[in-house]
Amino acid sequence: MAAVGNSVPRKDGIGKATGHAVYADDIVMPGMLHGRTIRSTIPHGRIRSVNVVGDVPGLIVVDHHDIPGRNVVDLIEQDQPFLVERDVRHLAEPILLLAHEDREVVDAVRVEIEYEELEPLFDPERSEGILKSIDIVKGDVEAALADADFIVEGTYRTGHQEHVYIEPNVVVAMPEEDGIAVFGSVQCPFYVLKALKSLLGASAHIRVVQTETGGGFGGKEEYPSMIAGHATLLALKSGRPVKILYDRGEDMIATTKRHPSIVRHRTGVMRDGRIVAMDVDVLLDGGAYSTLSPVVLSRGCIHAAGAYRCDNTRIRGRAVATNTPPNGAFRGFGAPQTEFAVEVHIERIAEELAMDPVSLRELNALRPGDTTATGQVMGTDCSAHMVLEEAVRRTEFRAKREQYRGTNRSIGLALFFHGAGFTGSGERHLNSKARIDLTERGVRIAVGSTEIGQGTRTMHAQIVADALAIPYEDVEVAQPDTTLVADSGPTVASRTCMVVGKILEQCAMEMKDRLGGMSPADYHAKHGGFSVLRKYEPPDWIEWDDHTYRRDAYATYAWGCDVVEIEMDPDTLEVRPVKVTAVQEFGRPIHPALARGQIEGGTAQGLGYALLEHVVMRNGGMANAQLTNYIIPTTLDTPEFDIVMLENPYAGGPFGAKGLGELPIDGPAPAVVNAIRHFGVDLREIPAIPERLVACASR
Amino acid sequence: MRFTLNGVATNVDAHPMSRLLDVVREECQLTGTKEGCGEGECGACTVLVDGDPVCSCLVPLAQVEGAEVVTIEGLGDDHPLQHAFMNEVGAQCGICTPGMIMAALSLEPDASIDDIKVALSGNLCRCTGYSAIYRAIMKARQP
Repeated sequence: MAAVGNSVPRKDGIGKATGHAVYADDIVMPGMLHGRTIRSTIPHGRIRSVNVVGDVPGLIVVDHHDIPGRNVVDLIEQDQPFLVERDVRHLAEPILLLAHEDREVVDAVRVEIEYEELEPLFDPERSEGILKSIDIVKGDVEAALADADFIVEGTYRTGHQEHVYIEPNVVVAMPEEDGIAVFGSVQCPFYVLKALKSLLGASAHIRVVQTETGGGFGGKEEYPSMIAGHATLLALKSGRPVKILYDRGEDMIATTKRHPSIVRHRTGVMRDGRIVAMDVDVLLDGGAYSTLSPVVLSRGCIHAAGAYRCDNTRIRGRAVATNTPPNGAFRGFGAPQTEFAVEVHIERIAEELAMDPVSLRELNALRPGDTTATGQVMGTDCSAHMVLEEAVRRTEFRAKREQYRGTNRSIGLALFFHGAGFTGSGERHLNSKARIDLTERGVRIAVGSTEIGQGTRTMHAQIVADALAIPYEDVEVAQPDTTLVADSGPTVASRTCMVVGKILEQCAMEMKDRLGGMSPADYHAKHGGFSVLRKYEPPDWIEWDDHTYRRDAYATYAWGCDVVEIEMDPDTLEVRPVKVTAVQEFGRPIHPALARGQIEGGTAQGLGYALLEHVVMRNGGMANAQLTNYIIPTTLDTPEFDIVMLENPYAGGPFGAKGLGELPIDGPAPAVVNAIRHFGVDLREIPAIPERLVACASR
Repeated sequence: MRFTLNGVATNVDAHPMSRLLDVVREECQLTGTKEGCGEGECGACTVLVDGDPVCSCLVPLAQVEGAEVVTIEGLGDDHPLQHAFMNEVGAQCGICTPGMIMAALSLEPDASIDDIKVALSGNLCRCTGYSAIYRAIMKARQP
């Protein structure tokens, strides 16, 4: 039986269901110390003095003087220190590290820090600290606006979103004979390796091992490099293993979140509904350091004109610095913010024209042969109309919209897309590698791509099994250890199936040739083992200019249309989702049950983003940093899902697959707000909490 | 402090105000029970005390003196719910799974989908959107 296309058992399923799977906090080592991070209590200022109160026997103390290499987390820019030297740029910035064998003792240590406080800046619209700016230009927007029948303008805002992986961050660092080993809940072990090399010096021997990871969603993309650095410094100073485990409050206050956004649209439309000019301005609040803001802005801007054709488009984007903890990667990576804005804006255009919102989308949605804002020509893998038509048909959208008019029930939709893989020339620069090894029993996959719940191990094993024509059970997957596996690039950007899976498919085909018809076990018995290592080769037609942002931003896109039915409580204005129909096309599902899980889970996160998840910032820090009052969807907040997976195979992906992981989070928020709009509430901001609805309704 | 843990008489020498979660994970070295929030909101640390699902992060050791405590390890490796969670992809990252399974154990065999939602409303899952968890629970009841 073919593995691909079937919902074979997850490689990690039974370990997780029995409690045997080993997460980083389950690791206990002899002599292990518990680490603690002392953080700034002000958002902006200079440190005058740091004083550890009292004499605590056995206490290990580390500050920036203990750093042997460079005091920067090496990512895109080198601006964020592992430990503050003098200048504090945000609340909860790491200053000092402590470790002790008794957790209660280390937690009780008092540290006094004197500051010279400076005025903090929290408003991104007032910030002059540009982390990145982007200009995408197609045609002549001003001329087209002048010729348009109507101009529709609007400003749309989105808030922070906290990842709430159920396993908080945790890293264990252990001195080894010739260096350091780090075990952690991480998405990107090779990112951690790069950061530790900068911290310790290039000659240091470093091993980074990913343990079972209890959710990531982007939140364990870059921040674990910081924690791994801290644990490593304490381990090197003490000569003992050190565990740093964040509790929920520390994790929520100190680590990254989704970037808040302010997006302005000015759109020229003709009387018949044709969109002739789109002028878009995107502002992202990056927080105190660059981290990944430049590339989040990039993806956000490229998706900012939505899934629509428009000959005259200008997209200007800025990510700016403020005195809040840095924002970073979160599933969707800038696209949920800009697609929220454009999809609510499209709904407003329909309203202005007194046009059916579906008809307006049908008229303007991208078709094969059309070009995107960057000038990328859509191929037959463009499915905007296919998902829209199926979603509208299946939900009887137009009839229900009429039927619900004047009731406390409503229905709304959003059309969206998501580019798979790194943006532009990113995959070429990454130059990812994958390896498979012939073993006594079959084949072992050896890549740095991590299993964080989405099904990496299972899906990769399916691809390799079918490409080799061997049973799925004969394929094992190595635990990511940077000294033992190939660097297949970070586990981000909906690339693990489409990009890494493709390299693995090619590895398997090469191995199959070399086996010459023998089974892996027979070949191994006769000739011994061997490995196949291959590099990713992006499609040769991809053209991309990093300076002008022109041409092929992504090798392909996945497409979706979400229809959300809601009920609103007439007294409290509380909005409850009743049913979500998610029609999504992502090439072809390798594992239908895993793919369905990605859509259901991503949609639930998107509903939380739309309705519940309100990060309250006070003095530059999250004021509701606990699960008691930062609310993510529970069983009772999550509606019935109707998931439809349409197929439109993409020749550049393994067995026709595109990327899927991020697509589902782009649609729910605009669909919810568009449904709220049909109640007559002009809401342009999420989360759509009752307080905001009251304010809108009374305007 | 004496109690029964997964059917075995257990005597733990720990402070009576120690969290049951820490006692289970550290003193008894049963790490299948997970900590997600430490404030009784996420349910990842759910265990059964005298048959009732409780958040072990909120229970002091003193409170289980003489009680029967069951953790995920107490189900063995072959429980129908475990197989169903694997086969229906009720577990993605898996960190909520032991707590989710312990909470699901308290369901009546004829529980409706709404009963399931209420019973699991104290257990957060950030990966699945819950639907696959319902499918797993429904599947586990089939003969």
